[in-house]
Amino acid sequence: MTTATMPTTDVTIERRTAIDSFESPDFLLLDDLLTEEQKLIRYSVREFVKKEISPIIEDCCQKAYFPYDIVRKFGEVGAFGPTIPTEYGGGGLDYNSYGLIMQEIERGDSGMRSTVSVQSSLVMYPIYKFGSELQRQKYLPKLASGEWLGCFGLTEPDHGSNPSGMTTNFKDMGDYYLLNGAKMWISNSPKADVAVVWAKSEEGRIHGLIVERGMEGFSTPETHNKWSLRASCTGELVFDNVKVPKENLLPGKSGLGAPMMCLDSARFGIAWGAIGAAMDCYDSARRYAMERIQFDKPIASFQLIQKKLAEMLTEITKAQLLVMRIGDLMDQGRATTPMISMAKRNNVQIALEIAREARQIHGGMGITGEYPIMRHMMNLESVVTYEGTHDIHLLILGADITGIPAFK
Amino acid sequence: MKILVCITHVPDTTTKISFTPDGKEFNAAGVTFIIGPYDDFALARAIELKEAQGGTVTALNVGLVETEPTLRKALAIGADDAIRINVNPTDAWQVAQEIAAVCKAEQYDLILMGRESIDHNGGQVHGMVGELLGIPSVAPVMRLDVVGGLATVSKEIEGGKEVIEVNLPLVAGCQEPIAEWKIPNMRGIMGARTKPLKVVEPNVTATSTTVQQFSLPPAKGACKMIAADNVAELVDLLRNEAKVL
Repeated sequence: MTTATMPTTDVTIERRTAIDSFESPDFLLLDDLLTEEQKLIRYSVREFVKKEISPIIEDCCQKAYFPYDIVRKFGEVGAFGPTIPTEYGGGGLDYNSYGLIMQEIERGDSGMRSTVSVQSSLVMYPIYKFGSELQRQKYLPKLASGEWLGCFGLTEPDHGSNPSGMTTNFKDMGDYYLLNGAKMWISNSPKADVAVVWAKSEEGRIHGLIVERGMEGFSTPETHNKWSLRASCTGELVFDNVKVPKENLLPGKSGLGAPMMCLDSARFGIAWGAIGAAMDCYDSARRYAMERIQFDKPIASFQLIQKKLAEMLTEITKAQLLVMRIGDLMDQGRATTPMISMAKRNNVQIALEIAREARQIHGGMGITGEYPIMRHMMNLESVVTYEGTHDIHLLILGADITGIPAFK
Repeated sequence: MKILVCITHVPDTTTKISFTPDGKEFNAAGVTFIIGPYDDFALARAIELKEAQGGTVTALNVGLVETEPTLRKALAIGADDAIRINVNPTDAWQVAQEIAAVCKAEQYDLILMGRESIDHNGGQVHGMVGELLGIPSVAPVMRLDVVGGLATVSKEIEGGKEVIEVNLPLVAGCQEPIAEWKIPNMRGIMGARTKPLKVVEPNVTATSTTVQQFSLPPAKGACKMIAADNVAELVDLLRNEAKVL
């Protein structure tokens, strides 16, 4: 059921009036491990998603439309930069609070979560961690409020899993840096005001540069015809002799380790977020199985349906334990890249499998936009590939176990 | 303007209700508690009035320590401070007396609450507080504007609505669409940590109500379909089976 419309420049998005009655499973009473504050954070973001995302997301995805207005709303609710200190407009929260925010937003849609992860972990985090005080004050409050949208440029057309091979580069011209090259598969790029770009100096060292929209020679062509993350915008970053002011170089850290630290934070958010998508598929499948009658009884009474639901709940519960422990370790500064790889890889994979099983439980209805299943499934095909592919994370774990990197 | 918002700590609307084995208490195990939805509307309007005209908003709950997360949520939404009256109340009269005692000391301009709670659904507290304080009380209030010391109130009446003007101080039992619910944001949640939450010991020790037994309403029976032209059977069933004729 739909009602009146949200007019936009070229697309009209219909708002659903159907009530989003999502409930999250908590099989192991893990809520006991959360603080009252964390529960309130989850509650607030869940209400936000039900109000601002659920009513429009199906139509946005059907029409491949990025609802840009949501950026300001994410800023208002405090979804951007939850772990950044409050003096820069962030939330000053712990990592599991950040994770819960990601879980709830991705429960709404992985594309929406991507918009938020990129802004928080890949734009605000490096500016906070590696930026000068001036850079922090100039960019962070505007990114936190949603006045500005940011993106992160690491992947290139010919360098995905091997970012150290990047060819984007900058030359010191005395008064400024001259930036050349191109980045690809960049979430938020077509609408971004600010890009944190990783490029090689003349010495071949990777540095972060803040590039702003409007700089001459900088363009952000959009990537069209995606079958995944259709409500988020994706594009390229093209640098054609862009003069970047010297004060836009991130002074705090250089080398591939710098962007990798950002990715650790983002991947942790993804590991939480994937649980949200999995929970939504599970919750929808459970309800559908209880209501759908075949052979005069609910399909939930059949053993094969129960097997699917039982396995889904088991995997969701295991995934929750992984991220909650890693969140605590992140707060203590003890989480490692391989730990986060394990969680990202596992949780996205189980979410994808749960989406596929949930699709089967929904029968033919599962392929329609009446249910969220197919949208989550298609979204997760991106999530399993971006921020370190499923296989690369396996090899990070392999290298950790054996001491022998298999990807070099 | 000094505003008090009385909030209830009630089970989430989707809770499956059950009782302790002796039937004397609600079984709260595993239940999520929320601010009463009508109280949430009252709180949202209070915050709007404060933002527009200045002043303070105090959130109050009559309840034991487990209601504090609900008061913290009110602080996260925008209340400046909170009061918890440390007693588990058994009826509306007890709650009203406790609220009135606080109000006598604090002299609020506006005392807002929901038109009713959603656990016992009594809908009596606002009227009782007004009587105890000797000030007007109005419910159910769907619009509330304040200019100077005068409130304009729109309330629902049988078959229509009534718009009245009332002098402050005033007690109002609120409902939608008085304001849109506010979702706490992350900054509000962090800020709520350090806002004052005062615990006050109760004034009234004796209560006039004891619970004998709680029981669930009978399960809904199956729907009986009758052919549209079979009036005789319908009348027969209404008379002899449902016994409503």
